[in-house]
Amino acid sequence: MSRLGALMARETTLAWGRGGGPMVSVGFYAGVATLLPLAIGPEPSRLAAIASGAAWVALALASLLSLDRLFERDFEDGALDHLALSPVPLELTCAVKCAGQWLATGAPLALAAPLAAMGLGAPPSLAPLIFACALIGGLAFAFTGGIGAALSLGARRGGLLTAVIVLPLFVSPVIFGGGALSAFASGLPWVGGFAYLCAYAAAAVALGPLFMAAACRNALS
Amino acid sequence: MIPVPAFLTNPERFMAFSRWAAPMFGAIALVLGLAGLWLGWSAPPDYQQGATVRILFIHIPAAWMSEFVYACLAVASLLSLVWRQVLADAAAQAAAPLGAGFTLLALVTGSLWGRPMWGTYWVWDARLTSVLALLLIYLAYMALRASLDDETKAARASAILALVGAVNLPIIHYSVDWWNTLHQGASVFRAGGSALAAVYYWPAILLALAYMSAFGSLWLVRIRGEVWRRRAETAALRAARG
Repeated sequence: MSRLGALMARETTLAWGRGGGPMVSVGFYAGVATLLPLAIGPEPSRLAAIASGAAWVALALASLLSLDRLFERDFEDGALDHLALSPVPLELTCAVKCAGQWLATGAPLALAAPLAAMGLGAPPSLAPLIFACALIGGLAFAFTGGIGAALSLGARRGGLLTAVIVLPLFVSPVIFGGGALSAFASGLPWVGGFAYLCAYAAAAVALGPLFMAAACRNALS
Repeated sequence: MIPVPAFLTNPERFMAFSRWAAPMFGAIALVLGLAGLWLGWSAPPDYQQGATVRILFIHIPAAWMSEFVYACLAVASLLSLVWRQVLADAAAQAAAPLGAGFTLLALVTGSLWGRPMWGTYWVWDARLTSVLALLLIYLAYMALRASLDDETKAARASAILALVGAVNLPIIHYSVDWWNTLHQGASVFRAGGSALAAVYYWPAILLALAYMSAFGSLWLVRIRGEVWRRRAETAALRAARG
């Protein structure tokens, strides 16, 4: 357990402290939320209609940004070889890495998401659901995205390749979260979509590390 | 270990098998395709859709094949990942562009059918979107395969991606029920028999079989090409060593 604790501390510190930490993702997120009204036009009615959806999809994009740091740096400086040799199974290591990623960037983004949505004109009553969706969705994005990051280890143009691999996998969580948000906004039952999002996140947490570890072993072989 | 016939695992036997199987499947595809097209062309226009119903004979089998080829890709990837079958890896590599082609055909014909029927080339219906996502996964598979230089690593990484993408296939079917907006539900295979009249049912079935034979033929040809390429590469390496 202490090994896992140390690993968790290392991953969170690295994700939080190095290279700007969560500020980069949150800054990118704020930038997208600022560009949207500039592109769509300042009419409040038009912006309010897309506010929650825009905040949601910008979140998916922002969580792509920090993915290349997840494995690439450890792969390049050899730390991944050491982690693979340690008695902790590589699957668990990958899960801890993604959890650290989620704590360091997903959670701050989840705090920023309701602010961005309300800035675009979403009603404040929507804020708790946006926060919950962003928090759970961030978990799904981190664990699905980790697969893409691990698969593109050692590839030319790794960052772009990660995005190409991961974006199609983001389709279903984006549908479920967006469905829950738009259902809530129009007063329809929203629990279904939210429950599907939670189920997707749970499946990603359970299955993602297996694929990530297989991909890491392949890259290290 | 699943018992797999030797002509699918041993490259020598496979080359001997595919030498006559590929042209045979091609001939079957031609005959069935011509018969299906003739039946489809001579079918009476639908009372609602008019002559545009004929687009569906091209569209429905292509949509089926887009998923069938992905299933083939996923099974071949599993075989190459777990049992390190060299031919299975060549098969997965050969299937991806064919599957992407069927998916693109399904999207294009669906959009041509949608223009007169729904009044628009494209709608963001869940089913259309997930077929588009399937196309994106095919593209991601090919992109990953192309951007890793080491062939063994590329083979294993793309096999893992194919299995990850296989999670997408059930969601494609499921999303029809969850988000049923505009695309009709399954009409041909459903409880209580087909909703299609026999004049429309048979052309679709014949063309589906024709597509499947054509895929079988092209797949075998592409695997043969891949085996030849690897042999040539080995021969070149041997020659370079002297």
